[in-house]
Amino acid sequence: MASLITCPHCGRRPKEEFSIRGDAVPERPAPAASEEAWHAYVYLRDNPRGNIREYWHHVAGCRRWLVVERDNLTHAVFAVTDAREAAKGGTA
Amino acid sequence: MRYSALSILRQALSGNRGWKPVWREPQPKPHYDVIIVGGGGHGLATAYYLAKEFGIKNIAVLEKGYIGSGNVGRNTTIVRSNYLLEGNIPFYEFSLKLWEGLEKDLNYNAMVSQRGVMMLAHSDGQRDAFARRGNAMRMHGVDAELLDREDLQKMMPYLNYDHARFPIKAGLLQKRGGTARHDAVAWGYARGADSHGVDIIQHCEVTAIRRDENGKVTGVETSKGFIGCNKLALATAGHSSETARMADLRLPIETHVLQAFVSEGIKPVIDNVIVYGGGHFYISQSDKGGLVFGADIDYYSSYAQRGNLAIVESTMEEGVSLIPGLSRLRVLRSWGGVMDMSMDGSPIIDRTPIDNLYLNAGWCYGGFKATPASGFCFAHLIARNEPHHVARALRLDRFERGYAVDEAGKGPQPNIH
Ligand SMILES: Cc1cc2nc3c(=O)[nH]c(=O)nc-3n(C[C@H](O)[C@H](O)[C@H](O)COP(=O)(O)OP(=O)(O)OC[C@H]3O[C@@H](n4cnc5c(N)ncnc54)[C@H](O)[C@@H]3O)c2cc1C
Ligand SMILES: [Zn+2]
Repeated sequence: MASLITCPHCGRRPKEEFSIRGDAVPERPAPAASEEAWHAYVYLRDNPRGNIREYWHHVAGCRRWLVVERDNLTHAVFAVTDAREAAKGGTA
Repeated sequence: MRYSALSILRQALSGNRGWKPVWREPQPKPHYDVIIVGGGGHGLATAYYLAKEFGIKNIAVLEKGYIGSGNVGRNTTIVRSNYLLEGNIPFYEFSLKLWEGLEKDLNYNAMVSQRGVMMLAHSDGQRDAFARRGNAMRMHGVDAELLDREDLQKMMPYLNYDHARFPIKAGLLQKRGGTARHDAVAWGYARGADSHGVDIIQHCEVTAIRRDENGKVTGVETSKGFIGCNKLALATAGHSSETARMADLRLPIETHVLQAFVSEGIKPVIDNVIVYGGGHFYISQSDKGGLVFGADIDYYSSYAQRGNLAIVESTMEEGVSLIPGLSRLRVLRSWGGVMDMSMDGSPIIDRTPIDNLYLNAGWCYGGFKATPASGFCFAHLIARNEPHHVARALRLDRFERGYAVDEAGKGPQPNIH
């Protein structure tokens, strides 16, 4: 894993400043969505080998939620975007 | 060839030139009754028990690398059944009982060593939790003893008892727990399966699962061509999401890397397995004298069989805070293995919604101890189409039904189980 992550707000920071939530691909269903939809959201993962998008929290920095795009086999990091920007249809 | 004192003597007298390879290297047949994907401990044990206990003869194990190249040859070899939950204890205890008879059964020295597994408690709350766990174990007929500080000081004088933050308060000992030689387990099961006619096909990667128009599995595409089967069983620890995807299945699993370490060899000092309750650190001493240890997973999902330095550092810190004398030793090697981290920290042995497809997955960092029971129960499931009674909580649909088996009570967050 890369040792440095470039936070869009704080710049290049050691990876240990971040806490990792997990897969950023599943979308939270509406509260009244079916049990199948909630089961899939909470439990099921694509877990591909290769390019993934993950939620990281910059706990020891700006405390913003970020979306990190990276390769989980080579450990290359491609992009780090503020999660809010990503949700608004930004680059992530 | 049966191994015995006599066979060793005979070989010694003839210059050890008569030892034969212990399994064949066959070409794949066009069709098998059962194909097992993954020649790790679980795949090989499944093949062995299918052939030996359940009378199925036409079996292949397909392994993309070589036997023992996966987690079965990378783990820290700890074997125990000191679990808390109803769904886990009988399963792991069944496994420990199989370990106890394994070498006789396989006629192979797996160096099973019941040296005891000691879990340390560092607060009153943790001691209470261990008392509860010990009681749960004893209610299932599993051995457990709660020891106090004085008992521990006699057994393990070298621990840091008065650590400012994590003083040692008590220990939960399972005497029947211990270690086994991981490679020998893989080789022993491979030899046993081969002797019952199982084809072990190495360097054969499964790349796709073929299904007929009704969705039934009919065989696999591999790097050695198509191979047909009646039943397909996945035992691809660490890569389960990848192989299940070949049949359009999504699993409650994320892949993570765990590192392990071994020190230079020293004279015997650590008699048993020690698990640090202040962190995740655990340690034992191999027969060669090296201290074998590890701690947390690397926290981010990874398919790379190597870890990062922050975990190396925190593992060493945990180790030295528990055993100050460790700081005098040099680490010889470190390595990593990639594992299926499941959503509740427990494994899956089950049928799938797809006809003829069976799944053995989600072993997290604790599947070595499970190898015999996992193989036995998976074989039972494949042969009889119903779960073995000790594995009936380990179903794939338990998350949907609300019956997660969450030993640590951490919720659906695979990187913290
Ligand atoms: C560092 C480390 C320490 C551990 N310590 C312990 C411990 O002390 N105690 C304990 O109980 N457990 C421990 N574990 C966990 C344990 O090692 C695993 O849970 C267990 O080995 C998994 O089962 P297996 O042996 O079948 O896996 P593996 O040996 O990984 O077998 C899976 C096999 O599937 C093959 N495969 C994957 N995809 C394909 C494909 N497409 N086609 C063909 N073959 C394929 C792989 O090459 C691999 O050989 C540890 C794990 C690690 C990484
Ligand atoms: Zn930041």
